[in-house]
Amino acid sequence: MTGWIPRIIAISGSDIGIIISLVVIGGGLAWLLKQSIKAGDVDRRIVFLFIFISVSVPILFPITFSETATPIVKKLYDRIENLPEGSAVLISFDFDPAMAPEVQPMADAFARHCLAKNHKVIFMSLWATGQSLLSTTLQNVVRPEFPEKIEGVDFANLGYKAGNEGVLNVIVTNFRKMFPTDVNSIPLDSIAVFKKIRSCQDLDLIISIGGGKPGAKEWILFVGDPANVPMGCGVAAVTAPQLYPYYPKQLLGILGGIKGAAEYESELVRHYDRFADVKKPGLRMMGPQTLAHVVIMAFIVLGNISYFVTRRRGKKP
Amino acid sequence: MSRTMIILLALVAIVFAVSWAAKSASLDDQYDDYISRGFLITLAAFLTLSILSFLYKDNPFYKFAEHLFVGVSAAYWMSLGFWSTIVGNLIPRLSVTLSAFFKVPHIEDEYALYILPDKVSYFIPVVLGILLLMRLSKKAGWISSWPLAFIVGTTAGLNLVRYLRSDFIEQVSSTFVPLLVDWQGTGRFFSDFNLYAYGQFVTMLGNWVIFIGVLCGLVYFFFSKEHKGIFGGASRVGIWVLMITFGASFGYTVMGRISLLVGRLTFLFHDWLELIG
Repeated sequence: MTGWIPRIIAISGSDIGIIISLVVIGGGLAWLLKQSIKAGDVDRRIVFLFIFISVSVPILFPITFSETATPIVKKLYDRIENLPEGSAVLISFDFDPAMAPEVQPMADAFARHCLAKNHKVIFMSLWATGQSLLSTTLQNVVRPEFPEKIEGVDFANLGYKAGNEGVLNVIVTNFRKMFPTDVNSIPLDSIAVFKKIRSCQDLDLIISIGGGKPGAKEWILFVGDPANVPMGCGVAAVTAPQLYPYYPKQLLGILGGIKGAAEYESELVRHYDRFADVKKPGLRMMGPQTLAHVVIMAFIVLGNISYFVTRRRGKKP
Repeated sequence: MSRTMIILLALVAIVFAVSWAAKSASLDDQYDDYISRGFLITLAAFLTLSILSFLYKDNPFYKFAEHLFVGVSAAYWMSLGFWSTIVGNLIPRLSVTLSAFFKVPHIEDEYALYILPDKVSYFIPVVLGILLLMRLSKKAGWISSWPLAFIVGTTAGLNLVRYLRSDFIEQVSSTFVPLLVDWQGTGRFFSDFNLYAYGQFVTMLGNWVIFIGVLCGLVYFFFSKEHKGIFGGASRVGIWVLMITFGASFGYTVMGRISLLVGRLTFLFHDWLELIG
């Protein structure tokens, strides 16, 4: 009996989140089932309210789940892991702030992994809005977590270049024609990273992060396939199903939506102790994701129960 | 304007002002420009809530946020188009003087068509760009069809070979998968049976799904023969394959949309209200 009190005091934020979620959502759904059977129709705003609760409670009281990398994520992780030190990896930020909650965690994870493996990383963007998000990764991940890495020597920032597929069509044979300088107006010939890199054909891996056009598909069409450069991508969930046909031949691996990001983060944490305490937005977002999906599935079940019950009643005189 | 609306507007204005002041005060020790940062975060929160308010019902706050977004987006992309394409790509190759004026490094003539005098080839896109703007004129609007035809033709030419290779030949080649992977007899198959993702059974199962899925999917879209008997059965399997694919696609879309909601709520709880660390 006395053991209850310290147990209640020692309750964690995650437990509070789970308790609140179960009580509010479970109770609410039961009430909703009763209402829907009684009246046969539920205001759509109630559905929105439930989604709001199921998403906001795990944000306020973080609920985390352990993730294991699926083969499609693991293969990309392994490729970066097994590349020899000093390999040239290009990461293209082809997304905008609207996609950022989903794909920025992937960009951060890729940057961490590549720099931890001492690869030479080239950052660039085919989206105008991608440049500021690229800066966010440099500011929040690269500079604070890898202070020993020098811009130009260990990584380069080419920034944004207008031209969409046109840019890819040129850099597949010559970087300098499209990017005479980096984002800081330093000529590419003066940047150590580009000492042995003339075109995309000299890269060891290309990673496109995005979910729109131009994105991973355009990279495959204009660079990956013609130049035979290994490619991987991290994309918004909406785009992921369209890219699965390219796996495993044209894409080494795909991170699809926040689930892919969470799997990659968990793989990084499992192999690198230094990343144990860094922010892991992908893993953190899986709590709200899971709960929201449970609620959506519950609504589908409730809707069907309500439908069959009211139909049966309707048939009876 | 109704009395209720005036009261509501006043209330929102007060909440906005209080939030701005409180936010600026909380950022005081972190940033020099804490007042403007406080304003921007409060404004972002206000616009987020305005957009979300549509879920309750259509209202003037939603309308305001929607119109603001459209207006700002149009202005942003127009300005960006000028600075990134014209100033970023064209001017540095067009003229040394203009490059100096816009403070962009001049690029030596690399793309010039050597049959034309120096720099002249760069005036071709300039002219085509101007012709494209003729669409704004009622009388000369037809001229814009010329550059448009050039754009369509170039895009088609550029994409034809690439799509043929990546989306057709490579995709057909990817469908030719072995139906028996590492096959060393039935006995060995059952004795080594496991459900590992890289295991023999799972790999073979995946390959069979690809084989049957592609075949039946194609049968469903083959309308020259009536869908009866074995052909009809394959067609029905094809429908199932398509429906499962659409379902998976829809599931991914739901996940994506929830991620965006998580992103917005995280902004509200973390950046605005500072409820979470």
